[in-house]
Amino acid sequence: MNMAEPSPVAPTKIVVRDLNFYYGKFQALKSINLDIPEHCVTAFIGPSGCGKSTLLRTFNRMFELYPEQRAEGSILLDGENLLTSKQDVALIRARIGMVFQKPTPFPMSIFDNIAFGVKLFENLSRIELEERVEWALRKAALWDEVKDKLPLNGTSLSGGQQQRLCIARGIAIKPELLLLDEPCSALDPISTAHIEELIAELKKNYTVIIVTHNMQQAARVSDHTAYMYLGELVEFCETEQMFLKPARRETEDYITGRFG
Amino acid sequence: MRMNHETARTTRFARRKQFNRLAIALSVCAMLFGMFWLAWILWETFSIGVSSLSMAMLTQSTPPPNEAIGTGGLANAIMGSLLMVALATFVGAPIGILTGVYLAEYDPRGKFPGTVRFINDLLLSAPSIIVGLFVYAAIVVRFREFSGWAGAAALALIVIPIVIRTTENMLMLVPAGLREAAYALGAPKWKVITRITLASARAGVLTGILLAVARISGETAPLLFTALNNQFWKASLSGPLANLPVTILQFAMSPYENWQQLAWGGVFLITLAVLGLNALARMLSREKLK
Repeated sequence: MNMAEPSPVAPTKIVVRDLNFYYGKFQALKSINLDIPEHCVTAFIGPSGCGKSTLLRTFNRMFELYPEQRAEGSILLDGENLLTSKQDVALIRARIGMVFQKPTPFPMSIFDNIAFGVKLFENLSRIELEERVEWALRKAALWDEVKDKLPLNGTSLSGGQQQRLCIARGIAIKPELLLLDEPCSALDPISTAHIEELIAELKKNYTVIIVTHNMQQAARVSDHTAYMYLGELVEFCETEQMFLKPARRETEDYITGRFG
Repeated sequence: MRMNHETARTTRFARRKQFNRLAIALSVCAMLFGMFWLAWILWETFSIGVSSLSMAMLTQSTPPPNEAIGTGGLANAIMGSLLMVALATFVGAPIGILTGVYLAEYDPRGKFPGTVRFINDLLLSAPSIIVGLFVYAAIVVRFREFSGWAGAAALALIVIPIVIRTTENMLMLVPAGLREAAYALGAPKWKVITRITLASARAGVLTGILLAVARISGETAPLLFTALNNQFWKASLSGPLANLPVTILQFAMSPYENWQQLAWGGVFLITLAVLGLNALARMLSREKLK
């Protein structure tokens, strides 16, 4: 069922093999096999509860915060199995940025929101830190709006600005991989457009994975798309191919809205 | 047919409006009933309390019985109360915050934290006189002396469960997404707790501490067998220590007019302090909502 693999144009960044995931006794992912190419945007689509966010959250071992959740199998990031790695999980997470569905500004100034993650692993001078913060905010297309209010609390920004702040925070630590979990679902169309432009820009330097409910968004921003259903990977191929002539009937039904 | 339907709807609507009026009337009555007694208590303490206020009340210590009204004050009792409340807060608040952090951030659904939570709820609702008796048996009997230290210990035992409860509740209100976002950057747990979750819950945690201070500044029962009372000025916690609640109790029950007058003054001071602390706590929690 999970045999569809994309033609290897770009080198592979993440290799998922035989990944099973459990919430207590409930199996949420069923032997997932997936190769995610580097410097591309990969979208996970599928109906609610299909396991797309669950899959995303295995890549930085976020599930380990909850004792009843566990993953089996292997997730190779540049050849190293994240699930069995002896490295401290904090070091793994520092290589992977993540943006959540709801904006999550920290209770501190806009500047410190960005600097918080940077200071965890880097010892920068004040000037270097200021440069990094400006760089990240520019990348996230937020600099012009906040450059005069860096000392203000991050929560004082609007929803769309907060979400771009969170993206800036995620890229400020210069991760190799950026995980976006429905980053636009709480945003208006203008902020969404900002963020989609940003995603296109980001893939030059990062590997981006985006979970989305919005199929048009997947079609607009991604190079490859994975369609998931009931914890299984139904189809994974180039986005264009998926939306023009999907290989499987289930995928076509979902994409065209004839689902079920 | 259509007419029937309409009339049925209007009668139903009229009934609903009537019921609504009745419910509002009942709740306003209940509110007025409660407010009436509260207002009366406040009026009584303020009107009598204000008349007994004087500079001497703050500068002189408690007088012997049957002296002229207006001589002597409550300075020793105020000092004793401040000392014990301060020590109880400085000891109790950190213990309460740390325990609250443990319950909310480390294994919140575990068996041991569940037990701790249950016992804490028991402690929270335990009559304060039992806390006083416990400290009497544990400290006063052992050292063969009533003391401010024992009084502060009893008050701390009241502060701890309150602060644990509020800290845990406030930390639970912090959205899981905020915690996850911090962990996703590779932050270690202690940093997530101090910089993110406790920082977000700061106003709520402070409110809990203020409410605990307000609560212990009026507690009499835990001090009866621990700090006891003292007629003389003293700024140390060893030996029996004067304090406002026990002084009020003793003076109010006495037949001496000058003592009764001072008791009213003390009641006024405590009411004022508790009101102030509650107002401050409200202001803080409103700040949080912004």
